[in-house]
Amino acid sequence: MARLPAGDPAPADGALPAEALGSAGPFGFYVHVPFCATRCGYCDFNTYVPGERGAEHASGYVGAVLAEIDLAARVLGPRAVDTVFFGGGTPTLLSADDLIRVLRRIDERFGLRPGAEVTTEANPESVDPRKLEALRAAGFTRVSLGMQSAVPRILEILDRTHTPGRPEQAVQEARAAGFEQVSLDLIYGTPGETADEWRASLDAALSAEPDHLSTYSLVVEPGTRMAAQVRRGELQVPGEDVIVDRFETAERVLAEAGLSWYETCSWARDEAAWCRHNLGYWNGGDWWGAGPGAHSHVGGVRWWNVLHPRAWTEKLAAGISPAAARETPGADESRLERVMLGLRLRSGVALSHLTRDGRQAAQRHVAEGLLEPADHAAGRAVLTLRGRLLADPVTLDLAA
Amino acid sequence: MADQSHIRNFSIIAHIDHGKSTLADRILELTHTVDPRSMRAQLLDSMDLERERGITIKAQAVRVFYTAQDGETYQFHLIDTPGHVDFTYEVSRSLAACEGALLVVDASQGVEAQTVANTYLAIDAGLELIPTMNKVDLPGAEPERVGEEIAELIGEDPDHVRRISAKTGEGVLDVLEQIVQRVPAPTGDPEAPPRALIFDSEYDQYRGVIAYIRVVDGTFKKGDTIVGMETGTVAEIDDIGFFTPAQLPAKQLGPGEVGYLITGIKDVTQLAVGDTLTTKISGADEPLPGYRDVKPMVFCGLFPMNNDDYPELRDALEKLTLNDAALSWEPETSDALGFGFRCGFLGLLHMDIVRERLEREYDLELMATMPSVEFEITLTDGDVIPVHNPTDMPDPARIAEVREPYIRASILTPKEYIGQIMELCQDRRGNHSGMHYLSADRVQLTYDLPLAEVVLDFFDQLKTRTKGYASLDYEPIGLRPSNLVKLDVLLGGDAVDALSMVVHRDKAYGVGKELTERLRKRIPRQQYDVPIQAAVGAKIIARETVKAFRKDVTAKCYGGDISRKRKLLERQKEGKKRMKQVGRIEVPQEAFLAVLELADDK
Repeated sequence: MARLPAGDPAPADGALPAEALGSAGPFGFYVHVPFCATRCGYCDFNTYVPGERGAEHASGYVGAVLAEIDLAARVLGPRAVDTVFFGGGTPTLLSADDLIRVLRRIDERFGLRPGAEVTTEANPESVDPRKLEALRAAGFTRVSLGMQSAVPRILEILDRTHTPGRPEQAVQEARAAGFEQVSLDLIYGTPGETADEWRASLDAALSAEPDHLSTYSLVVEPGTRMAAQVRRGELQVPGEDVIVDRFETAERVLAEAGLSWYETCSWARDEAAWCRHNLGYWNGGDWWGAGPGAHSHVGGVRWWNVLHPRAWTEKLAAGISPAAARETPGADESRLERVMLGLRLRSGVALSHLTRDGRQAAQRHVAEGLLEPADHAAGRAVLTLRGRLLADPVTLDLAA
Repeated sequence: MADQSHIRNFSIIAHIDHGKSTLADRILELTHTVDPRSMRAQLLDSMDLERERGITIKAQAVRVFYTAQDGETYQFHLIDTPGHVDFTYEVSRSLAACEGALLVVDASQGVEAQTVANTYLAIDAGLELIPTMNKVDLPGAEPERVGEEIAELIGEDPDHVRRISAKTGEGVLDVLEQIVQRVPAPTGDPEAPPRALIFDSEYDQYRGVIAYIRVVDGTFKKGDTIVGMETGTVAEIDDIGFFTPAQLPAKQLGPGEVGYLITGIKDVTQLAVGDTLTTKISGADEPLPGYRDVKPMVFCGLFPMNNDDYPELRDALEKLTLNDAALSWEPETSDALGFGFRCGFLGLLHMDIVRERLEREYDLELMATMPSVEFEITLTDGDVIPVHNPTDMPDPARIAEVREPYIRASILTPKEYIGQIMELCQDRRGNHSGMHYLSADRVQLTYDLPLAEVVLDFFDQLKTRTKGYASLDYEPIGLRPSNLVKLDVLLGGDAVDALSMVVHRDKAYGVGKELTERLRKRIPRQQYDVPIQAAVGAKIIARETVKAFRKDVTAKCYGGDISRKRKLLERQKEGKKRMKQVGRIEVPQEAFLAVLELADDK
């Protein structure tokens, strides 16, 4: 189940130290919508479905998000917003009006920069042409659809309720509504999924001609329903070789289709299709995360809100910060974060950001085929295909 | 000074858990030596470790006064004995300080090997034995059967075995009467030159060495200059007295009396267990019999998990040695484990205890290499060298003969386990040398075994195969020639010194196979294949491979995942720090334990 890290106490007014304020880089706003129509068996996100404890507070949710945006404005002062991202959960379970109210409030309090990227995640079955048109008209620019698989059997194992074909149809509806950026999410390595089934999902996704594609290897998280099924022997987790095979298939098929990776899980038609909001996370940028359990990062301070919607709502209603705890990573921790996040990117990490030990390790990893020699010669550590599969140990070595 | 006719010196011989400490507590209580309310459970076992393991490591000695049915008050000295095979010599010295012993056997468990061994020590020392059966009040008690066993052991009528419950106190007063009536009074010569036996010693950080003594002849008093007749130590007595059980200073200790003596000496080896003390002026000419140098039997390397702790480990060993004359150590350097110490112990339990004390009392994290014994090697040029570290084994071409220490093991077991035990002993290169029925159901098996085979979890195996019913005691019986070879383990082609071991040639293949399999399970997958090989000389006899991992990456990492994911990597980094680098291979310290636990997963 969703968990929060351990950290230092956060002040009730959410105030940040002066040195954390005043940075000039891109600024993002994340809105966590913690509701879903049903809970998928593999999901360990901080989300609540009707009938579950917490879901009854959905009605008070929008008001509380608006209150947190107000709080953010008090804490940060004036700062223009470059990207907004509605994630979940299923943001599109909210009405278009609610989503638009939240976006308006961000614009009122901070101001959206011209050309701002505004994304919402959506389940294919929770959008329709009218809703998409309304969102587009209100300033949403990007929609990210959870497709997961094109194979009914696999969708069933994942507890996904949409019918095959519906995600592709939703892409067309988004295009018709005027969205230039449409993304699809796929999951590979679902228990029982064959190589052909994965290939079929990739082909189906590509047939919809999305601008962007995210591919995730399924991780069976402890505490999920799927974990219980695995424990009981009802599902078999695929072995490492299977995951490597699926990853390599995606690499080949997507590259052939003209997409290229810009982050370990992210593929795009061209640079214009890169998700700027997510790049903010990976480039160490600032963002405010509103909503229960949402994380924020501003000027080197990371904090995260209380997990439960009720506790989060009550804090905001009482006029206090919903932050559960915060941390200010030190020099070593920051370097580890920078390497960990940078290595996920096609642009990689500048060797000049590494210590001497880190640079020596980079040299070694070039020889071992885990880092690209050409990029290394140009002063950057960029993972090869094999390296991307071994990113964690390489991260530790380079962050030494 | 007490009249010797009113002194009784005795100890209690019992197997672990048969109730020795409970009986001692009851005696202290019944003689009003200790207020029952202020008594900690099992007063005589004072060290935490002893209390936990239910064994006695250091002997204790306490004076109590008992007013017998004849109306006379007697001065008893109850001398507790260490209860483990590693400390046989200490047991023999404690017994030498007594005229009698209570033999205590659990009425449901029956006689155990250690009881037999210590009973024989007591009989050899000429002690009067008072056989008792403890825990007769418990539901599982089988007084008839156990009575037969005790009778068989000491050759006495089963009816003479006293039935007691140390827990309830039932029968304990009767035992005290028996001590008065049957244990002989000491017969030292008060006028002879003074002689006292040191039967134990301990180090106190404020007072120096406290010697536990039994005066045999003459008297010792404060201010006397004493001489250690074997060690040559000369010192003045600062304090002398009795244990009550707290130290109670006295003017003097006379013949037959048992107590302590403090001189300000700081080194336990100068007041060594077994030595005879006399006075410098008009001292004795002949020491008491039975002195022996303590010799370590089992060796292992101790390395700090964190290399920076090396100075702390040295300090801790220095401090422990003050209190433990049997512990020896010298610096050792290992390619794989860094700087540490090669330590010598009396036996496996002694090794465990030292390790645990270092970790607990000195807060050190340690890694121990596989225990080994001291081999004696005759080289082709005729030189004879001792070797107790496998890495010191000379090149096979230079070896004319290797001899290894053997022990004679006495194993007591219910007869249904004879087969399993014989199988274990054969497997450990044992030679069967005798079998003797203690009763219709219980058997004493005698085997001659290489000590090296016993130090490798023999005891655990014995317990496992006999569901805990068998007990073991052993004594060294000298060196015997053996066909021994050095088995090396290579990781990625490089020999790892800390994993080398000396094994019998016939077993090298099996051990090599086992070891490589075990290491394969313990060495995490790395970015490349890791070959694990076992070799004798240049010959590879077993091989396993840890396959390279192909995937180690987090599926997704967005804003909310960063802190947790970083913390996860930080933990991995900590874990990596604890790995030892062998060439380019990272070996977790647990992998080295694989060698130690050679039989655990079987």
